[in-house]
Amino acid sequence: MKAPPDTGLAALLLSPALLIIAVFMVVPIGITTLYSFLEPARFGGVIWEYSPEAYIRLLFERDIFDDTLSFSTDYLRIFLRSLMQAGVATLLCLIIGIPTAWFIATRPDRQKTLWLMLVTVPYWVNLLVRTIAMLLILRDEGPVNETLQLIGLTAGPLPLSYNNFAVGLGLVYSFLPFMILPLYAAIERFDFSLLEAAYDLHANRWKAFVGVVLPILRPGVVAGSLLVFIPGIGAFLAPDILGGGKTMMIGNLIGQQFQGSRNWPFGAALSTVLLSLTLIALFWSARRAAKSGAQVL
Amino acid sequence: MTVKTLSRTAILALGTAILAPTAHAEGDLYIYSWGEYTPPDLVDKFEAEFDVDIHIDTYDSMETMVAKLRAGAGGYDIIVPGDGTMQILIAEDMVEKINVFAMPNFAHVDERWREVYWDPKREYSAPWAWGSTAFVVDTDVVQGEYDTLAVLFDPADAVKGKINMLRDLNDVINMALRYLDLPRCNDNPEDMKKVLALLQTQKEWVKSFDSETKEPLVSGEAAVSMSWNGYAMRARDEKPSLTYVYPKEGFTGWMDNLAVPKGAQNIENAKAFINFVMAPENAAMITNYARYSNGIKGSDAFVDPDLAAAPEMTPPADVPAPEFIPVCSPESIELYDRIWTKLMN
Repeated sequence: MKAPPDTGLAALLLSPALLIIAVFMVVPIGITTLYSFLEPARFGGVIWEYSPEAYIRLLFERDIFDDTLSFSTDYLRIFLRSLMQAGVATLLCLIIGIPTAWFIATRPDRQKTLWLMLVTVPYWVNLLVRTIAMLLILRDEGPVNETLQLIGLTAGPLPLSYNNFAVGLGLVYSFLPFMILPLYAAIERFDFSLLEAAYDLHANRWKAFVGVVLPILRPGVVAGSLLVFIPGIGAFLAPDILGGGKTMMIGNLIGQQFQGSRNWPFGAALSTVLLSLTLIALFWSARRAAKSGAQVL
Repeated sequence: MTVKTLSRTAILALGTAILAPTAHAEGDLYIYSWGEYTPPDLVDKFEAEFDVDIHIDTYDSMETMVAKLRAGAGGYDIIVPGDGTMQILIAEDMVEKINVFAMPNFAHVDERWREVYWDPKREYSAPWAWGSTAFVVDTDVVQGEYDTLAVLFDPADAVKGKINMLRDLNDVINMALRYLDLPRCNDNPEDMKKVLALLQTQKEWVKSFDSETKEPLVSGEAAVSMSWNGYAMRARDEKPSLTYVYPKEGFTGWMDNLAVPKGAQNIENAKAFINFVMAPENAAMITNYARYSNGIKGSDAFVDPDLAAAPEMTPPADVPAPEFIPVCSPESIELYDRIWTKLMN
């Protein structure tokens, strides 16, 4: 490391970034957290009185007449479903992402740009448009099912849309580049003579992969997994559109609290819990990475 | 109305706004409404007559509109709240008392829309358009009698798996309550358990909960779908076998109203606009464009004859009257939320 530059100048150069973080991150999160501890106003909005009700509600159902509490798993199940869907999507992205990134990183330089562009081009289109397009492709009257029936592989339409399968597929498709790009960045830096050295020292392919390639891939795997998993948990377009709105993920539940159900504090509490879970996951992976000596992000 | 269709119209609206000539008028009028809802010819006519520039912003849901007003992001002179929202806005003191009943053109308002639950004296709001929420059947698929909610809740085999419900907990729960013959705005847990059981059974046969109802019907993905009357008419234009059904168990009616939010800058222009819209020839433009009925007597003479004769617009004489449902108590809203969460789990 070089000596740090003049601190006055550094502070000045940092100030726009700090200001943006303060205005667009700290303040909104502060308001969300604050609202989660207030009482809901009848028609949306909040009443400025302290109430932990939103957090109690997450785990307990309050009888509306005698006020007794009973344990309820309704909201927990929605959280679990979101974690599961995001987890499976992350795993699938890894399985598809590693070979893809490896392939791109091992092309000649001029081809790399082309392949990387092919990965990113679809993402110039708005996510909503792409999600609806996926529904049109997957549904019963869509081209996939029509073709399968035309060539006689299936008698009726396969249930490809309006279910959890479609939601999972939507998540994988939405977030795949966020996996491929960090993996590519990690593999790109890889010095392939190390692999030759491993073979020279009589490592077989598996040993070379585990001992040489994997440690170098790790930062890319961690970064990519976080970039897929975290937005995956909060996704709401895929369950709404590809899932046909039949099962909720956390994002949908939060949306409902600010719309039909008009319970802003509960919506804020759900957001706060989701954010806390995400931060815990981040710190955990950062600490693990620190221990193993690798860098995250 | 859906987010999807609205964002499309928002883009179109933006395009027109940019391309619009920028001649300067005496005054301004800022309207905040649904997309594809404010007839361009009505805007042009008002602008020419009153030398006022009209600017239109669109929202994608009532909640968005209320949240924006609540946050103090004003600058609007006219808003177009639905009946329940209107009740809320008056209760929360968020709209100007403009004494619509005393305006010259109020004489044209149909008696039916004068004493309404959301604004009993019409002190705050004027009728804009009204319609109903029921369902559409594809008569190529649905056989026999279909003027009953049993089509949705006790479906024939051909319909199973081809049902689309609106993604709106109130509309869906109200429909289930009618089928079970239970009171609306229900806060009785026993009743609501029955509703949940009914909806959970039905969910097996539901393909999707989607507020975009036209596309699934037209493509054949859905054989039965909840819908609004005006949107059902657009669907029928594209597929004649689609029929809007007024179920014998009853259905929900709704009315969108014109009102002036507190803090509006151009109140006089807003009042002039509201009075202007209550004239029959002007109200007819709303119907011709948005394809929903207006609440103005004598406007039929100016409505396209095809439109006036459409069954979506003029229900047959023997169907029940639409039911207008006020905002429910916090207890029943809470119960509805729980039922919905369980249904979506």
